Amino acid sequence: MAERNFLGFRRENGRVGVRNHVVILPLDDLSNAACEKVANNIEGCLSLPHHYGRLQFGEDLELHFRTLIGTGCNPNVAAVIVIGIEPGWTGRVVEGIAKTGKPVEGFAIEGHGEIKVVADASRRAKEFVQQASELQREPCGLNELWVSTKCGESDTTSGLASCPTVGNFIDKVDVLGATTCFGETSELTGAEQVCATRAATPEVAEKFLNTWQAYMDEVIEPHKTSDLSESQPTKGNIAGGLTTIEEKAFGNLQKIGKSAKFIDVLEPAEAPEKGPGLYFMDTSSAAAECVTLQAAAGFVVHLFPTGQGNIIGNPIEPVIKLTANPKTVREMGEHVDLDCSGILRGEMDLDQAGEALIDITLRTCNGRLTAAETLKHREFVMTKLYRSA
Amino acid sequence: MAAPHFIVHDAVDTVGVVVVEDVKAGDDLEGWVMETDERIKVAAKAPIPLGHKVALADIAEGDTIIKYGHDIGRAVAGIEKGGHAHVQNVKTKKW
Repeated sequence: MAERNFLGFRRENGRVGVRNHVVILPLDDLSNAACEKVANNIEGCLSLPHHYGRLQFGEDLELHFRTLIGTGCNPNVAAVIVIGIEPGWTGRVVEGIAKTGKPVEGFAIEGHGEIKVVADASRRAKEFVQQASELQREPCGLNELWVSTKCGESDTTSGLASCPTVGNFIDKVDVLGATTCFGETSELTGAEQVCATRAATPEVAEKFLNTWQAYMDEVIEPHKTSDLSESQPTKGNIAGGLTTIEEKAFGNLQKIGKSAKFIDVLEPAEAPEKGPGLYFMDTSSAAAECVTLQAAAGFVVHLFPTGQGNIIGNPIEPVIKLTANPKTVREMGEHVDLDCSGILRGEMDLDQAGEALIDITLRTCNGRLTAAETLKHREFVMTKLYRSA
Repeated sequence: MAAPHFIVHDAVDTVGVVVVEDVKAGDDLEGWVMETDERIKVAAKAPIPLGHKVALADIAEGDTIIKYGHDIGRAVAGIEKGGHAHVQNVKTKKW
């Protein structure tokens, strides 16, 4: 096997990142404008506007905090400015991120006004960016790398080649001690029993099946329509030849390879705590929601097989796009990081494709910008569990 | 080996995936069965786009469709061998 090291940023808590963002993080929708103003003032800042954070309660509010705190804690982030409408919840996010030891400071708008907050936060952001700009990459091993995966606008070529290529990658890095994650609860429907056989223990299998069943009972069943209103499978899936959710699910499941076993089931945005290995996370199958949750759990690079050409990116973790559909390669090449259509022509086997994916992943970790990064795709989408109070 | 016109995941599958563009009715198609590395042949009975499924045997209304060696839904209309198996004649059993 080729060289398996990469150059990453080792953070205060020991975790390794592959990007060096200074994030300007809004607590709530009201604070997006201030965050965007700070990011406009100061070179090298990344603001993450989103739609929520007001009058949420219970489990939905806990997920909101877990997602924001997890995003700030991600090792691809060097430092964070948090801006919220009031100091209480702003402080809660700051405290959560501060546990990593990285620089973080919060600003509340009430009692000061936005213009003063933008000025104060901009001064602090300038210091954070200059500090971050002096951090150096150092050699890190694959056993320090956290990799997430999710597919999108899949077609039958996804199940034939691009998802199995990710599966080959997962099998190879699993034995080297990497930490990996797949999700998409509803999109395993029809293949859920087969998926359960890939759990490391009967307890993990039961936890997975309970999680899948809860998604069915609480989300799908109360709102169910025929084919879920052309959402599962999607219009793009159907155009690409996928006919049923069962067919889509078996293709999706190819992403976890043939030998790796998943060692735990994570709540949305929950950080893994059982050490290296493969994890399942309970997520929506909508691309931006799923990747946002995986980034908030601490994953630093993402593998995204597509068939018809989903163009998603994420602001925190680079999204590496691969496809085996030769038409998508031809028509949408600017979105594709790895073309594995050769598998369909018998020109490339899965082992070769898996090696090529490891190669492009390590180059991405070293700093190569993905197609989605160069095209400025930064879809940051919070998962909301129910309506606000 | 020559590039296949369609690919079959598992030897027991009743459908294969067309992996070339512009398949027309009457075309003789050669397929690759990944599980066994065998070659099989079927004549297309309809135009089948890249990524869409070709029936590998006559399939009756109500029959289960097998792909990846597993149940992926049921036929809601008969499909002849070489026919185009998709949303017009195959439906999920789930929702």
